[in-house]
Amino acid sequence: MKTIAHSPHAHAPVTVSRVMLTVMLALLPATLYGFWIYGWPAFNIWVVTLLAAVIGEAFVLRLQQRPVRPVLSDCSGLLCAWLLAISLPPWTPWWIALLGSWFAVIIAKHVYGGLGQNPFNPAMAARVMLLISFPVEMTTWIAPLDSAHAPGWLQGLAVTFTGAQVDGMASASLLGHVKTEFTRGIELQQALAGYYAPLQALWGNRAGSMGETAALLLLAGGLFLIARRIITWHAPVAMLVGVFVPSLLFSSINPVHYAGPLYHLLSGGLILGAFFIITDPVTSPNTATGQLIYGLCCGLLTWIIRTWGGYPEGVAFAVMLMNAATPFIDHYVKPRIYGRNRKGDSVSLEPVKKGA
Amino acid sequence: MNLFKLRGGVHPQGRKELAEKHAIRQLPMPERLFVPLQQHVGAPAQPLVRVGDQVLKGQLIGAGQGFISAPVHAPTSGRIAAIGDFSAAHPSGLSSPTVTIEADGLDNWLPTRSVDDPFALSPEEIANAVGAAGIVGLGGATFPSAVKLSLSRKNNVHTLIINGGECEPYITCDDRLMQERAAEIIEGVRLIRYAVGATRVMVGIEDNKPVALREMQAAAAGTEVKIVAVPAMYPMGWDKQMIRALTGCEVPADGRTADIGMLVHNVATAFAVRDAVRFGRPLVSRVLTVSGGAIATPANLQVPIGALVEDLFSFCGGFSQKPARMVLGGPMMGVELFTAAVPVVKGTSGVLALTQQEIGSTQAAPCIRCSNCVRACPVGLLPLELAAHIRSGDSGAAVSRGLKDCIACGCCSFVCPSHIPLVHYFNFAKGELMEQERGKLKQSATKILAEERLARIERIERERLEAAAKRKAAREAKKRAEQMSKMEVA
Amino acid sequence: MLTALTSLTILGALLGLILGVAAKVFRVEGNAMVAELNEILPGSQCGQCGFPGCNGAAQALAEGRAPVTLCPPGGRAVALALAAKLGVDADMSGVEDVVPRVADVREELCIGCTRCFKVCPTDAIMGAAQQIHSVFREACTACGKCEEICPTESIRLQPVTVTLHAWYWNKPKIAA
Repeated sequence: MKTIAHSPHAHAPVTVSRVMLTVMLALLPATLYGFWIYGWPAFNIWVVTLLAAVIGEAFVLRLQQRPVRPVLSDCSGLLCAWLLAISLPPWTPWWIALLGSWFAVIIAKHVYGGLGQNPFNPAMAARVMLLISFPVEMTTWIAPLDSAHAPGWLQGLAVTFTGAQVDGMASASLLGHVKTEFTRGIELQQALAGYYAPLQALWGNRAGSMGETAALLLLAGGLFLIARRIITWHAPVAMLVGVFVPSLLFSSINPVHYAGPLYHLLSGGLILGAFFIITDPVTSPNTATGQLIYGLCCGLLTWIIRTWGGYPEGVAFAVMLMNAATPFIDHYVKPRIYGRNRKGDSVSLEPVKKGA
Repeated sequence: MNLFKLRGGVHPQGRKELAEKHAIRQLPMPERLFVPLQQHVGAPAQPLVRVGDQVLKGQLIGAGQGFISAPVHAPTSGRIAAIGDFSAAHPSGLSSPTVTIEADGLDNWLPTRSVDDPFALSPEEIANAVGAAGIVGLGGATFPSAVKLSLSRKNNVHTLIINGGECEPYITCDDRLMQERAAEIIEGVRLIRYAVGATRVMVGIEDNKPVALREMQAAAAGTEVKIVAVPAMYPMGWDKQMIRALTGCEVPADGRTADIGMLVHNVATAFAVRDAVRFGRPLVSRVLTVSGGAIATPANLQVPIGALVEDLFSFCGGFSQKPARMVLGGPMMGVELFTAAVPVVKGTSGVLALTQQEIGSTQAAPCIRCSNCVRACPVGLLPLELAAHIRSGDSGAAVSRGLKDCIACGCCSFVCPSHIPLVHYFNFAKGELMEQERGKLKQSATKILAEERLARIERIERERLEAAAKRKAAREAKKRAEQMSKMEVA
Repeated sequence: MLTALTSLTILGALLGLILGVAAKVFRVEGNAMVAELNEILPGSQCGQCGFPGCNGAAQALAEGRAPVTLCPPGGRAVALALAAKLGVDADMSGVEDVVPRVADVREELCIGCTRCFKVCPTDAIMGAAQQIHSVFREACTACGKCEEICPTESIRLQPVTVTLHAWYWNKPKIAA
């Protein structure tokens, strides 16, 4: 017998894979720029991470005896790997990428039940795991290339897969550099001197992971996603505010010890985190108000970890902490139902306020 | 005029261009009409005719029973061919009691009484005329209009809102009606206002119907009726949404619109009210839209109640391609039809034949918690959470999170990137809960029956024992008496 | 050492005291649960569960001697309500398949013996001697007593036919 379909008999032209592909499109400029400034090894790491994610995901699905193709074709695994790849040091060895990618899709995603079930952002979970387990590999950055030092394709393969060293390339990320200088008792202005220029930071022409540095391109990608209604402005703006306000406050009180808002906004993975990580729908709250709270807390935690924590960068930790708080936020922040007050009781007979 | 901010809603592709340029045409009278006895919310009508009877157009064939009910009239003159079950326009494919009329082709009206000045009638007379004409909410809710009118008078309704927010894609019948018969609609609106004694009348029309807006404005000039353009969005035609847009008031969740002094009627209902009050004509036909990508020539038709959907399709030149789905109503809330051999009822605003391309994919994927549904819900629910609870078999949890406030508008399913049939889940849970509710009622009733029976058995037993004891006592007394007398004799 | 000992002893004594007081203050009469369970059960005393009437079944449920799915006429709804009341997970296997049923008289076989309406626990069967009996569907709990006793197999439990009003959408079937 013919089965009768329930209404609606029309659908908005949107699918999960389309959402994921649009996000990847938004990431593309920053990623390509990352390849360009960090050379072939960065590209190799990107390829390894994505390939490993596909293989890893196919393997777990096979284990679970679930159909492989439909799940892979939603592209969520690829996006997750992409986000991980661009938050890794570009010249990191291949096995870091492989391990991280498998951890992300297998442990952080499929162990919890696959797409939509994971409590933590898989890319950030993998990054944190790698950072804690392999601190040396995960904090060995390189300075942006100039053509004289750029390794060729073959040499790039050697860097990625055999750990070959190229002289004079090792460098420190801005946040890491400042942290190290602090521990040596050197003051902020001195530490920053010759190491930091806002314009440079905007273009991302400095040491860091490939997706973190090109703030302007990431911002453009984020705005593109907002324009395409893939994400809303709430969480990103709240996160930026959450970093901006305390850094402004503290730097104006004590500029010797606390860096200013521009330094914080343009360094590390903040822009990437604000527009691409905390907007991950699975691990963020459902309502606009919830997302504002979530974003704000992510920003605050990031700033706190950067300023007083043991690690130079705090985005990944902040996101994971707030991921854990998401169900809690969702439990308390709910939209008001038509004809009811916030408690859920039927409203009295007065007119509601305009614009409420 | 200042409009008030609305929540949620979606902007589906209108697809109104298919039918909106086509003027209303009359459907030629089909040979047979299948008039269901229940075309409204409430108790079904009781048939008043027998097989073989001759009826005239407009003759009462089913009487309303109970307070919330509506009568049914013959949509044309002819012979009653059958009274029995016939496929209903319902997703279950089940049938409902239906009167079949063989049209004689003459279409003779029952003699009706016209009123020259309907405003000379008393408000009660108007409400009675509306009730006798079998008018129900033609926007699709099919609530008996006369009940609404009399309730409104009792509740001192001060604001009358006429709903011209025809927000379902494809459907253009109200739009055409407003374009072509604005003056008649305005007269109907004023009659309703007069009947309920409202002091404020507003007609909300979506701004994607500029011609209708212009015509209605021209017709309303110089009257107390105010025409207001409202933004085109779905579900603008939800009465509570319209109230909010126009007045900023919210209807309490536990109440009705009358509780805040408001009454909402559809434009087509206003038109039918005017026909009923001025010409004494019952509701025996309505304007509806035949559209969809698979229809050769979309149309807006004046259709007698009881005409089969397949009659409409063939009048519109049949299908240009095989339809993937036939839908009664709009694509957002309409029901898919098993077969085109089902009758048009009073609440039918359109019939659609949709192509697969128009429907889109239906393959469901896991929820990614994107909260598109939360943003789209005009009620303020969390559809993803409700569906998750229902899916895991916990409909009770869904109720505590507002399931009963869901209006099944379909916005959430529409925007879901994972194509999860959210509304389907909600309607399943609502049905399941209703069944449990019925079961509970039945159980408490049978419990009383069982207790009564036990009490009765006990009483009978007790009475039997008592009677036996009495007999025994009597016997013994007699025996003793005999012995006594024997002893005395001895 | 001594501090730890004393503090732990005091703590233990204090908590014990609270427990003792709570046990006195919040004491619940023993059969409250039985009464509440009895409220949920159909109350037709049909005995299909194997216990002496619904009260017996409630007693057994409260003492954990019977599964929540013990009541055939109550079906899924009652099982779920019992599980919720007792705070246990209902094992629904076996209950799901039971469709709601109602007794139905096949008139050509009924001899009007009146046996069925004498056993009906809810007076759901109407009729008199030598007359065809009929079932008042709204009162029938499908306990099956009439089916057992009917000498001609005229009265039988039939699945309830779905009406337009009672119909509702099935649960969506989704693989993912």
